[in-house]
Amino acid sequence: MIASSLVIGQRNPVYSVLLLIASFGALSGLYIQLDAPFVAVIQIIIYAGAIMVLFLFVVMLLNAPQEDAAEWDRAHPLRRPGIARFGAILAVLLVVQLLWALTDASDLSGPASQVGDDGSIRTLGRILFTDYMFAFEATSILILVAMVGAVVLAGRSDQR
Amino acid sequence: MIPLNAYLIVSAVLFAIGTAGVFMRRNVITILLSIEIMLNAVNLTFVAFGRWLGTVDGQIIVFFVMTVAAAEAAVGLALVIALFRHRESLNPDAFTSLKW
Repeated sequence: MIASSLVIGQRNPVYSVLLLIASFGALSGLYIQLDAPFVAVIQIIIYAGAIMVLFLFVVMLLNAPQEDAAEWDRAHPLRRPGIARFGAILAVLLVVQLLWALTDASDLSGPASQVGDDGSIRTLGRILFTDYMFAFEATSILILVAMVGAVVLAGRSDQR
Repeated sequence: MIPLNAYLIVSAVLFAIGTAGVFMRRNVITILLSIEIMLNAVNLTFVAFGRWLGTVDGQIIVFFVMTVAAAEAAVGLALVIALFRHRESLNPDAFTSLKW
């Protein structure tokens, strides 16, 4: 949690990405505590392995590590300290409101129930390929569309 | 045994951190990272509720959310590259015009 709060505090995006990997590692530890080893493993593989490498690649490719502070940026109305302080107060209010709502739901604090299914990969795969078959196939279409879209968007347009 | 409330509170704090990151940072890549934080907070809520209810449906939803997050990261970073090639900047305030 500390790592992910440090993520948005960094001016250099490389440090943000590395801290986010630490935060995802902590989250996968929480998943293991929740008897979800499959989710923990794909958290590490997909997020820390694939997505963060993609982010690091783009950060290093674009070669703009520091946030640029142009003079029109300084003069932007949203950069005045009073409005920034107002935004920070709004964020703190969001945290307080969520915590208040969660502590109010005190009947949820019972122990976790164990009904039949464990979080094993066998059970997960059986349900994934029977009950969620259509969603699974739609996900494959989504990945294909995203891949084509990424190639089209990032491709050089001056070769046409 | 950690109660469900603890996981929900951690998830709420993570979501608030992601929201604050989206609103406070002036860097497109950091904003995308904050969106990833928010998606992970929701994932944690799904897994915690699925554990509490004794089903694995939450983990399956998490699987789909991770897939969508991967697709979103790929397309978002491609957009960032395309924008940076045109504007030489990563500041979202520089991208105010829809055509150039």
